[in-house]
Amino acid sequence: MTALLLLEQTLNGLQFGLMLFLMAAGLTLIFGVMGIINLAHGSLYMVGAFAAAAVAGLTGSFLLGLVAALAAAAMMGAIVEITVIRRLYDRDHLDQVLATFALILIFSEGTRWLFGSFPLYLDVPAMLSGAVSIGAFSYPLYRLAIIVMGLVVAAGLFLLIARTRIGIRIRAGESDREMIAALGVDISKLYTIVFALGAALAGFAGALVGAIQSVEVGMGEPVLILAFVVIVIGGIGSIKGAFVGAILVGLTDTLGRFLLPIIFTAFMDPSAATAAGSALASMLIYILMAMVLIFRPTGLYGSA
Amino acid sequence: MTDPILRTKGLTKSFGALKACNDVSLDLFPGEIHALIGPNGAGKSTLIKQIAGNMAPDSGEVWFDGSDVTHLDTVGRARRGLGRTFQISSLAMEYTVLQNVVLGALGRDGGVMRFFKPVMKDKRLLEEAHAALDRVGLTEQAATRTADLSHGQRRQLEVAVALTLKPKAFLMDEPMAGLGVEGSRNLTGFLDTLRHEAPILLVEHDMDAVFALADRISVLVYGEIIATGTGDEIRANRDVRTAYLGEEDVA
Amino acid sequence: MTREALLNTAIMALLAAVPIIAHFTGNPFTITLATKVAILAMAAVGLNIVLGLGGLVSFGHAVFFGIGGYSMGILAHHAQLFIPIMEAPFLIDGTKSMPIIWLVAVITSALVALVIGALAIRTSGVYFIMITLAFGQMFYYFAISWPAYGGEDGLPIYVRNSFPGLNTLDPIQFFAITYVALGAALFLSARLARSRFGLALGATRQNAERVETVGVDAYRLRLVAFVISGAITGFAGALFADLNRFVAPTMFSWQMSGEFIVFIILGGIGRLFGPVVGAGLFILLEHFLGGVSDYWLIYVGAILLAVVLFARGGLIGALAGREVAHD
Repeated sequence: MTALLLLEQTLNGLQFGLMLFLMAAGLTLIFGVMGIINLAHGSLYMVGAFAAAAVAGLTGSFLLGLVAALAAAAMMGAIVEITVIRRLYDRDHLDQVLATFALILIFSEGTRWLFGSFPLYLDVPAMLSGAVSIGAFSYPLYRLAIIVMGLVVAAGLFLLIARTRIGIRIRAGESDREMIAALGVDISKLYTIVFALGAALAGFAGALVGAIQSVEVGMGEPVLILAFVVIVIGGIGSIKGAFVGAILVGLTDTLGRFLLPIIFTAFMDPSAATAAGSALASMLIYILMAMVLIFRPTGLYGSA
Repeated sequence: MTDPILRTKGLTKSFGALKACNDVSLDLFPGEIHALIGPNGAGKSTLIKQIAGNMAPDSGEVWFDGSDVTHLDTVGRARRGLGRTFQISSLAMEYTVLQNVVLGALGRDGGVMRFFKPVMKDKRLLEEAHAALDRVGLTEQAATRTADLSHGQRRQLEVAVALTLKPKAFLMDEPMAGLGVEGSRNLTGFLDTLRHEAPILLVEHDMDAVFALADRISVLVYGEIIATGTGDEIRANRDVRTAYLGEEDVA
Repeated sequence: MTREALLNTAIMALLAAVPIIAHFTGNPFTITLATKVAILAMAAVGLNIVLGLGGLVSFGHAVFFGIGGYSMGILAHHAQLFIPIMEAPFLIDGTKSMPIIWLVAVITSALVALVIGALAIRTSGVYFIMITLAFGQMFYYFAISWPAYGGEDGLPIYVRNSFPGLNTLDPIQFFAITYVALGAALFLSARLARSRFGLALGATRQNAERVETVGVDAYRLRLVAFVISGAITGFAGALFADLNRFVAPTMFSWQMSGEFIVFIILGGIGRLFGPVVGAGLFILLEHFLGGVSDYWLIYVGAILLAVVLFARGGLIGALAGREVAHD
């Protein structure tokens, strides 16, 4: 019984971690290439979720919703890059933080104005509803599908960075902005593409998660901050670090919430154990982050 | 003979396959100016960073004022009395000239954890600061914002800040860079008098200044010291001529 | 007097005059608004020590605000229920006395700032921003999931705490307390900025290498600044909880941290009175735009974006001209 629950929670943790990776990968890519810290990345996650919920609600097709999420987030990303982010490349981090904080306010209130304050719901597509069972173990098919899609996107991203021309330019842009500009690559176009790519990843994650949770204003920022924790753990600018950090955070958080109350029951009464266990579990990933900071201030895969 | 103030013993530092610093031993005695020259890419800045404490050597030691400081950081070495000036001016640009020098005096004084009394009314710090500005000839610029100084004035200010530390030795990284003929001549005259206060390890590209000032010159090529000696000895050294003077424009 | 000093005097006079007039015209709501401005300004004055002077972008100062708030909440909660906070190894009772609450709030926030700072200041730049943001979130979720003090619902305090010789339930008297506290925080940070410590801290913002070259440890400077800064913001948190007679996890939220930064930037970064002007402006916007539109924050976002992109000096910069170096 407990072993099956543990397996289920482990899969949940993996699924959570992969969604965090989609967020963290975009953030770390944008920081690595352009040196921008983008607080509005959570808004793009929200945009994806809302676009998916609206289009799926209208057409009844989850797939169309997913396409809409990608398109809307990428488009928003490109617009934001061209209108705001572009002016921030030469500014300090404080300006970047403030401007993107302002963008959060605009996105959040704008979405509230468009869709109202009530959450939207995105239904799991019929094809992926239900559960898969192997013997006594059963797991929701949709969550399994998310895990697969997360892994596919992660693999695709690694290939994109390692193998393609745009990937080479992205890596070159990380090392020397002036040089690749001098080689005739249109740097501002590259930046817009990278930003839109990061945005699309966030929007994709938002749409996938939107079918598990409710779609509402403010859904993006908690995920954004978790993605920051992932990046601090993994090391900034490293896609591999983002991946390892995200899985670590996803598993630690999910398993901590499941296991700590159980462990605490061993030496205190059940209600106190639940309270203390869940309170400690809520802090676990930050404690993990603190540990990484103590022993590897630049993160697991960060360069000094 | 007296003991050296500063001494490196077998400093070695590699970056991957590149040996940027190979078994470098040099010393600096009281009262002397020891110049370190070498073509671009010879590993001068790697060496300076190891001496100043910005970079840990792979092996070897740095001794300062009679003790091993290899494991001290820049702060620790500065507190022991190593006064450093940078190749590219490293100053608090929004502050006035006076504030920058007072900061130096404050660093020497050490009482930085005082939160209430106005620092710019501290008589003793101000005296030390003004004295240092006087010596480098920046008295009239005391109230100028540092960002508004000319390039040459920034170099002077950098030296003034180092002076407030009353260091036991100076580590100067290309103080003449970008100064122009007259500026270089003035600073050369000044450094000439400074050596009696504290010896100077001088990294410099301006060969007129080097040969005019240095008691001893060491030549660094590909991370190794190929020769150490007086100006005349270095001029006559065949290795130096082929490795350095033959290839580089002697400005 | 310089133009900025003149402006600062006018700002403080205005902040006092508005509630006094409101008091005599029988408008307690306005007094409450002014009190809120004073408290939020004080929180941001605390932040401004690390942000404006030290150049460290802390996006987690709500932690200290919340710690101050919960210090008040927990002490008063136990006092109003007559349950000691702990009995063994020695008895600690709750209290309704503001001075004791403030002391506890200041010490607790300073300790928390010491721990967070010790970790976060090892890093710099974006890392620092992300880490402070993350620790803020940690306290937020902890407050939500810890049921003993209200959890997600927060903790109401039925009667405002007491201060010897004053009737704290009278809005104008409570305002006076917060006004004096703000004044003290401003005075302290003004002295601090001009002290030995302030000179060195300001230099770390411009060039940490320079500070280390003169033999001063930049890490220690920043850590001490972070602790002082956290303590002041924590003090403000205790006052804020008393104003609302309520504490809730939202005091820890990242939005709160963001708003503190916004106050500073709206007023003008590096200006002593920037936080006061910024907090005042923000509360005014909330009050007037909030009446016009439910989506008033969208305008705040637009204004903030405009200030960041086009008017770096903030309001004081626009009114008092370019900043002059301190003498």
